[in-house]
Amino acid sequence: MKTALPLTEALLYLNGVTVSFDGFKALNDLSLIVEEGELRTIIGPNGAGKTTMMDVVTGKTRPDSGEVFFRGIADLSRLDETEIANLGIGRKFQRPTVFENLTVFENLELSLADSRGTWRTLFAHLTPARHDRIAVTLARIGLTEQSAQPAGSLSHGQKQWLEIGMLLIHDRTLLLLDEPVAGMTDRETEETAQLILDLAKDRTIVVVEHDMAFVRSLGARVTVLHEGAVLAEGSVDHVQNHPRVIEVYLGR
Amino acid sequence: MPALRGGQHKNTWSPAFWAGFAACGTILVLAVPFLNFWVPSDSPIALPDYLVPLLGKYLCYALLALSLDLIWGYAGILSLGHGAFFALGGYCMGMYLMRQIGTRGVYGNPLLPDFMVFLNWKELPWFWWGFDHFAYAAVMMVLVPGLLALVFGWLAFRSRVTGVYLSIITQAMTYALMLAFFRNDMGFGGNNGMTDYKDILGWEVHQPSTRLGLYIASVLALGLGYLSCRYITASKLGRVLLALRDAESRVRFLGYSVTNAKLFVFTISAVLAGLAGALYVPQVGIINPSEFSPGNSIEIAIWVSVGGRGTLIGAIVGAVLVNLAKTWLTGAAPETWLFVLGALFVLTTLVFPRGIVGLLQRPSRLWARTPAPVPAGEQA
Repeated sequence: MKTALPLTEALLYLNGVTVSFDGFKALNDLSLIVEEGELRTIIGPNGAGKTTMMDVVTGKTRPDSGEVFFRGIADLSRLDETEIANLGIGRKFQRPTVFENLTVFENLELSLADSRGTWRTLFAHLTPARHDRIAVTLARIGLTEQSAQPAGSLSHGQKQWLEIGMLLIHDRTLLLLDEPVAGMTDRETEETAQLILDLAKDRTIVVVEHDMAFVRSLGARVTVLHEGAVLAEGSVDHVQNHPRVIEVYLGR
Repeated sequence: MPALRGGQHKNTWSPAFWAGFAACGTILVLAVPFLNFWVPSDSPIALPDYLVPLLGKYLCYALLALSLDLIWGYAGILSLGHGAFFALGGYCMGMYLMRQIGTRGVYGNPLLPDFMVFLNWKELPWFWWGFDHFAYAAVMMVLVPGLLALVFGWLAFRSRVTGVYLSIITQAMTYALMLAFFRNDMGFGGNNGMTDYKDILGWEVHQPSTRLGLYIASVLALGLGYLSCRYITASKLGRVLLALRDAESRVRFLGYSVTNAKLFVFTISAVLAGLAGALYVPQVGIINPSEFSPGNSIEIAIWVSVGGRGTLIGAIVGAVLVNLAKTWLTGAAPETWLFVLGALFVLTTLVFPRGIVGLLQRPSRLWARTPAPVPAGEQA
């Protein structure tokens, strides 16, 4: 049965999205709406389809059926990764993926909101304004000292921050963060939560996370995914007391 | 705000660089003519005439190696068909040189090259039109390899063919071209290719002065090729290439078109290879389909990895050193050459993956117990 959702002014709109890999339904008629300016956390057991959902939104995976709209107009299921990125959707991966052979500075330089054209890139110059922007971002993610280091030499937590910095410097409309605190120490996790809350003031953020303490510290609306569909949605307390959620996820 | 380190590439075009570049260029341009032309030929330091085109040939190989290093060392695209672009540039030059022979051929036909007369062809095929004009031929020398790279690259990169799969289809491409050029009815002289050239731009190709001219042209082409590659690799696009070499999909999510970036360097690289081939042909005096053979293309990759992949100067050093060794060994002990070549490949892979230049930059790597870091593009 299709849960028909009206096409709203929502920033991100998924309706009846199904993705299957060799018969396994990673997403099963998933419908989800994220409003502009919202901070949303998405939780769910392994294999619930969290990462696949991000893959669909960022163009890495094409849905077998269903609709994916950005701002109600751009049909994301028809665009590729590059086009979607240029619409203003940024993604942080589960495993920190920074460009290890480039310096921290260069990682941020490539992420600046500049023209992405090959020709323009060939003749690009780093203006003082952009240089300052990199400096501000470095300070914000606490990596000013490491500016000239190859990103590959950073610690795990520092790489996560660099990756967030790479999203931050571009001023994207929608950020998708896949397990941003995976492998972080408690202190780093706290700092990251603060950073995300800070960022959420002027952009829309969707966070996929396992760590319930972290989800609670964000205090945002929670969507629980299970077997590729939405199981429950609401405040942290609401979903934690939801009997089905306890059964499939939290109760274990 | 204090200046941040790590992003500025001020050294790229520093006075020190230009001084070194000018010094190398001057030595290459002046020393050879001086030793060949002005030093009396009985002097021990005199450079015999036959060595001038040999040196010119090395420089063409160096330019070819540079073109491969641009895509392999910086964008992680290992083309094992780069000999094809080199050969196509060479064929365009060969066609021009054939048309310059005119009535001096064996059959004395003013329009048709000898092999066409021999095949009983009555008129010049359309794709030979215009090759009697050097300007037209010169455009073709870069246009033909460039266009092939553009079409081939577009098909391959758009379908996201990477790593070893790309290497294999580039091998297939050069092999297919070799088979095609072996056929007589292709109109490029079949397996004999094209030879017996007489003039280039009105100068007799076998004259020592013409050979010096071709040598100097090769130095200039190598110099220009080097500067272009240096510009590209030091630009922001160069950083995009390094980034996509290491994490291609991440670059897409940043909003850069991986396809376009790869296509751009692949095409530039093919143009440089074509230019190298065009300069090579008048210096060696022949072009035939064996230039397309897959083994030739693999050898280019060996030059680059011996010299130091991902360092432009390394490609040049590698091409010259390996070919010097080849010239010497194939004379002294011909049967050992292939073993030496194979050994070089094994050594560069296991012992000094960053090549000679990498070794000079960080000699401790050779003796380090831990495996030396391989540029991340390897995992493809």
